[in-house]
Amino acid sequence: MVVAAIAKGREADLRAVLDSMNSAPGMADPRNALLPFGEFDRLHFARLVVLEDATLVDYAAHGMQAPNFPKQLVFMGDCDGPSQELLANLSRRADAGLRRIFAHCEDFDAGGDLLAWMLSHDVPVAANYVNWVGRTVMQVRQESILQRALCAQVPRDRFASPADAQRVRRDLIAFVDAELRAGRLVLTKPEPTSLDWQMAKLLNAIALPLAGLLISPILLVMLPFIIVLLRTREKNDPEVCPRPDPQALQALRRLEDRDVSNQFSALGSVKPGLFRRWVGTVVLVLINYASRQIFNRGHLGRVRTIHFARWVFIDNKARIVFTSNYDGSHEAYMDDFINKVAWGLNLVFSNGIGWPRTDWLIKRGARHEQRFKYYQRRHQIPSQVWYKAYPGLTALDMERNQRIREGLEQATMTDAQALSWLRLL
Amino acid sequence: MNMRTEGDAGSLELDDMQGLLRFGFKHLTKASFLLLRIKDRDAARAWLAAAPVTSAVTANPLPPTALQVALTSEGLLALGVAQDIVDSFSNEYVAGMSSDPGRSRRLGDVAASDPGQWDWGAKHCVPHVLIMLYATSGTLDGYLRLVQAQCSAGFEELACLGTAEIDDFEPFGFKDGISQPKLDWDRERRICDEEQYAYTNLACLGEFLLGYPNEYGGYTDRPLLDPRHDAAAALPRAEDVPKQADLGRNGSYLVMRQLRQDIQGFWRYIDQQAGGEAALRESLAAAMVGRTLSGEPLVGRTNEIIAGNSEKPDIDANAFTYQSDLQGLRCPLGAHIRRSNPRNADLPPGNPGMFSRLIRTLGFDAEALENDHVASTRFHRLLRRGRKYGATASLPQALADTPQGDESGLHFVCLVANIARQFEFVQSAWIAGTKFDGLAGEGDPLLGQRQPGPDGTRTDVFSIPQSDGPDKRLTALPSFVTVRGGAYFLLPGIRALRYLAMSH
Repeated sequence: MVVAAIAKGREADLRAVLDSMNSAPGMADPRNALLPFGEFDRLHFARLVVLEDATLVDYAAHGMQAPNFPKQLVFMGDCDGPSQELLANLSRRADAGLRRIFAHCEDFDAGGDLLAWMLSHDVPVAANYVNWVGRTVMQVRQESILQRALCAQVPRDRFASPADAQRVRRDLIAFVDAELRAGRLVLTKPEPTSLDWQMAKLLNAIALPLAGLLISPILLVMLPFIIVLLRTREKNDPEVCPRPDPQALQALRRLEDRDVSNQFSALGSVKPGLFRRWVGTVVLVLINYASRQIFNRGHLGRVRTIHFARWVFIDNKARIVFTSNYDGSHEAYMDDFINKVAWGLNLVFSNGIGWPRTDWLIKRGARHEQRFKYYQRRHQIPSQVWYKAYPGLTALDMERNQRIREGLEQATMTDAQALSWLRLL
Repeated sequence: MNMRTEGDAGSLELDDMQGLLRFGFKHLTKASFLLLRIKDRDAARAWLAAAPVTSAVTANPLPPTALQVALTSEGLLALGVAQDIVDSFSNEYVAGMSSDPGRSRRLGDVAASDPGQWDWGAKHCVPHVLIMLYATSGTLDGYLRLVQAQCSAGFEELACLGTAEIDDFEPFGFKDGISQPKLDWDRERRICDEEQYAYTNLACLGEFLLGYPNEYGGYTDRPLLDPRHDAAAALPRAEDVPKQADLGRNGSYLVMRQLRQDIQGFWRYIDQQAGGEAALRESLAAAMVGRTLSGEPLVGRTNEIIAGNSEKPDIDANAFTYQSDLQGLRCPLGAHIRRSNPRNADLPPGNPGMFSRLIRTLGFDAEALENDHVASTRFHRLLRRGRKYGATASLPQALADTPQGDESGLHFVCLVANIARQFEFVQSAWIAGTKFDGLAGEGDPLLGQRQPGPDGTRTDVFSIPQSDGPDKRLTALPSFVTVRGGAYFLLPGIRALRYLAMSH
């Protein structure tokens, strides 16, 4: 995630430039002249956001004055492979456009090295969630075309005998083979995962529990103190959940529901003091670990509608940016948040100023429906430019399409397996 | 809902609630809905201050007529209610149903149903006041003329929507109004936030009435006034903030939509799909609805004991959930009644016990996760009070080549305490949504607008899962229902109505 302060007096200009990249409010034109997202076939989602914080006044609830944060521009993308590779690729193929955008930032050197500048402003991600680790853009697109072709091709008569399922499947396999040979369908073999990546994942899988084990004696001794510190704060931390400004709300709504998926960007300040900062940091380390090792196959807890999500500390951990790409409307997203993963939200966001009161770090909090809904809308910021590589597809669509392809490539099936495979079509 | 079958509501302020919250006034078989704009504020106030509003108190004998009054946010402003008071109602109510293209996209009010094409409810045709008149068919006309005469000084008439004689069947010919949430009038549900592991039809009062606790154990936002704005103590005090006057209490939001139904188009499409075969025609139509014409649920009466349903499951056409038909083999996943009320609980079913619940909560139970695409039903219930209008065509008439006469349809009316979480959620995620319950891309078979997806894929499809083959699929579905008008109203408590009618 590239973060850079916007130069004084350049914000309005910047916003106009960003708007020029869109084909509808907030929706990037994949072929826009500045940054033709559609040409980067490893890019799933991308966004450009002006970080404007309407909630700095909330420091007053802690008896403090808000620090003077500059307005910043955020550029982020979710891609296959390492993010540095994406930045390198972008700087190679969209040099002029990126320069035009970043020229509105404070310390941008128009004559300097673009890639070096972006890398120097690349802020590390505290926690990263990916719906299905390893599913590439190319795979999503190819499998979607495959699904459509098969759905149109499959005969929709009832079977006279269970063995018909096998026959129909064989016919479909032959159909796909012919289409592949004719070049009307393409199914690229998945790239093998690099050994480095696998080793890093394995190392990570061991390292965190090991570290946990090592510090567990200290933690155990400190636990009573931690509990006292937590409970005192939970009882006394101020809640700040006023109704969001109707105009700000309208600015957010204007961008929504133009695809089956939507974007969410939010910004908030971490509660003052070291305790909350530490708790937040530890929780995000754990979330990052869980996302990498456990929740990497189509669901984050019970939620199956999030494609990518990120938590990033900025301003020396004083503030945190949360972004996600999810399926359905905002109201449905909030419904999932409250009814399915309120406990998870509370773990992280109760360390932010104003969060609805929690109990024992996971209870209540976001379950205060009205206050939570106000809180999150008030902290949400419009994403000026948002790109999605596969309009019309939800995470569940991709999972189904993937199962269709796997079933197609499976060597043998029983009658029953063939039938349930056909019923995916 | 019949007045006599409702339980005793105990010590609730029934005399302060409008009757529609408890009754459908079904013994009053005809109705007229007057959509008015205020032309003379003082005269309008005078009429509203004394309007003979029928309360929710059980009357014996049943009343010969009934009158209900609801107001839009524009109407409140036209009455002279202060902007800050109006603004403290919900955003959806303040903004209105037709004000925002984003809302129209979400609700599926696009193409032929675009507010730009509405007869009423958009731009300069947003009503201020809705007066609902109920009577028997012999007396309605006279009653209507009387009220129209009373209102002529203060209001101009935008529309007078008539209804058909009530007969339990909607215009396509299906038995209607079978499923309704049962309100917890006795306030048996504890005021707290706890997960429900079984589908319940018993809904907290706060889901439909402002000023009472909802399913989260909280109070939906509504205007709470400093007592100095209510010097005469005309308003009730808030249950949760006793020092403040509660302008919302005993009131509700009323969503009204005029839905034109193309009866001929519906039956002729199905007839064509069925190749003119009567039995198949009926079974296809039933698959789209999820019930037979006579109201039998396709999933069957599974005779589950469901809180809030009648005690005897064998006489209740609602004694079922979809738990025994997760693949939609008996009732298609996209059937209309399955979309509008999925009858699930907060957590997908599994073994009882803490450990199993924890596993399901964390998403580690693969089977539970497979059946976890639909939001928990209890937060998305609608109390329906609609009435149909126009002539009902018989099946032979519908199939005949002669063009249909008068327009027919439904004046859809529902009551909710939270427009966004209840009506808009159901309409957008469950009805208009093309990805409901993991479906690949199809809207509600009755109400869908059939707009292609963002990638150009067709959504004019209806899938009927089969046990012995791929889904049967109906394609090229026309849109059968067109929105002709709509608005968000406040159905205020009776004291609140009088308060709003005073000059401030």
